[in-house]
Amino acid sequence: MSHHGDGIAEICTHHRDEPSALIEILHDVQARFGHVSDEAAREIAARLNITRADIHGVRSFYHDFTTVPTEPVRIKLCRAEACQAVGSEQLATALEARGIETETVYCLGNCALGPAAMIQQRLIGRASVDSLERARAEALDD
Amino acid sequence: MTDRVYLSMDAAARSVGADDIASALSRAGCELVTTGSRGMLWLEPMVEVERDGVRHGFGPLTPDDAAGLAAMDFPDTHAKALGPVEALPWMQAQSRLIFARCGLIDPLDPDMFEAEGGLNGLKTALALQPDAIIDTLTRSGLRGRGGAGFPAGIKLRTAAAQPGPVKYICANADEGDSGTFADRMLMEGDPGQLIAGIIIAGRAIGAETGYIYLRSEYPDAIRIVSKALDIWRAQGWLGENILGSGQRFDIHLRRGAGSYVCGEESAMLESLEGKRGQVRAKPPIPAISGLFGKPTIINNVLTLASMPWILEHGGDAYAARGHDHSTGTQAFQLAGNIAQGGLLELDFGISLKRLVEEFGGGTLSGRPLRAAQLGGPLGAYIRADRLDVAMDYESLAAHGAMLGHGGIVVFDDTVDMAAQAEFAMAFCAEESCGKCTPCRIGAVRGRETLAKIRQGEDVSANLDLVEDLCTLMSDASLCAMGGLTPMPVMSAIREFPEDFKPRAEASAADRVD
Repeated sequence: MSHHGDGIAEICTHHRDEPSALIEILHDVQARFGHVSDEAAREIAARLNITRADIHGVRSFYHDFTTVPTEPVRIKLCRAEACQAVGSEQLATALEARGIETETVYCLGNCALGPAAMIQQRLIGRASVDSLERARAEALDD
Repeated sequence: MTDRVYLSMDAAARSVGADDIASALSRAGCELVTTGSRGMLWLEPMVEVERDGVRHGFGPLTPDDAAGLAAMDFPDTHAKALGPVEALPWMQAQSRLIFARCGLIDPLDPDMFEAEGGLNGLKTALALQPDAIIDTLTRSGLRGRGGAGFPAGIKLRTAAAQPGPVKYICANADEGDSGTFADRMLMEGDPGQLIAGIIIAGRAIGAETGYIYLRSEYPDAIRIVSKALDIWRAQGWLGENILGSGQRFDIHLRRGAGSYVCGEESAMLESLEGKRGQVRAKPPIPAISGLFGKPTIINNVLTLASMPWILEHGGDAYAARGHDHSTGTQAFQLAGNIAQGGLLELDFGISLKRLVEEFGGGTLSGRPLRAAQLGGPLGAYIRADRLDVAMDYESLAAHGAMLGHGGIVVFDDTVDMAAQAEFAMAFCAEESCGKCTPCRIGAVRGRETLAKIRQGEDVSANLDLVEDLCTLMSDASLCAMGGLTPMPVMSAIREFPEDFKPRAEASAADRVD
């Protein structure tokens, strides 16, 4: 019996077992289970009639997918040029000094209101250590 | 008496507290209409109140401001009052063809969209033969807004000429360039403009299926576009018999997954097929063999979104705007260390200096401006004393720069250009798809060599090495990722040589950041 119950089958069925929808399927699996495990990859491969190597290739290519469970609440911090220009590197250092982990992303499309961050799909502009700590606490409360 | 209160609720406005403003206004009993953004991002969160048909703005607001304003019925004497929004200099200066309804309408209200003329271009196209649509678009001189600037009409004609019943339209909404947010703003503020453009392009080449490839970093845009597609189907504007014309077309939304290189058209096709986003060798070009091996038009969101206006007003009306071979309008995005950041849709040809100084108001930090990067992470850095360049394809190319997707990232004098050059290589190393050696290996070697230069190791020999490497990457890379990474690197070295001096020489002028 799978750790995922019928979850993988449901997700694949929703996408009609279509190999071209693999990235959508991996998004749904990642969102539901917090990662795409090898076991999940095996089930998806069987459903889509593609190889596990195909799935591994795709899963490892895209930043959005992980093979191990991620923290439920993560701070994605933009480290691209527009945010660098308003101190994203200094912000990253300050967060690190406070023991707050961040995940690096390149561009959240909020380049006029940087530094930009994202927590649980919530975009944060003019980010500071305080505003990110507050937003993270709110997300953990939800 | 106040009629309705409009609140900008796109992701940028929400990122600086628009949700709290919405709550405060609802508590105060206001009838709220949520809209996209006008693009004056330094004024967000901003609300607008309609009086005698004129919308008056207030911003940037705190929740207390909003509650106070609602209690006083939004007096024009309030400290945060901006006056009639469309009379503001930022709005007055623009030619908002693509962004006409952005910030004006509720993006998910089909009646508002139609009342503001949203369907006009599509209706014109549905009454025309495919050839006539292509003629109009060719005459307009419209060029691809994703960065390459390829003439849209020629691409359409190539795909239209291919035999076979199955063809595709792909909207490239993988807006990964730092400093750009125009696609996001349009998709969140007026997704119908994009949808109409995709259908028009579909009719032009005889396609019945479209895809929107939207990056996963834009969850709000994904939600809004997805709902908009449902609304369009329910309205009979998308699907089997569009607006009763007999035209059939449907659009699927696909999410990206955090890969920058998937903004490159052939990598995007691979990704749409469910594969690793690896670049394809050309030829064949996608207009001949693209998605699933079928003729495919891939255009940026803004290219497609320009089509409804062109169909409604004619190719000549569009071609009458702009400059030389850069016709029409361009969405310029002011970003980074800028006092008044945001989006301006203007005819091509405005000077970079005017954009940054007059509209942008200089740096946010108040320190002297030192550099501006144009066209995203693969674009050139321009020195502060060389900003007097016209913003169009040809003038920028003559300056060794490029327009890209219209992003302008401003830096003040604390920027270390050697660090920026190293970052450009590091970014390429991180995001390279790995298919071709110059990009995959070159970027890693470039990053290492620039790190040595920054540490003062064999500076002059290592600079020669970087230049050699950049020549190789430009000449031999398969796509623009490796091919254009040398542009920010070499422009930084050429324009800011003082930041690449050996340690002994530089130490006197060492800046502290």
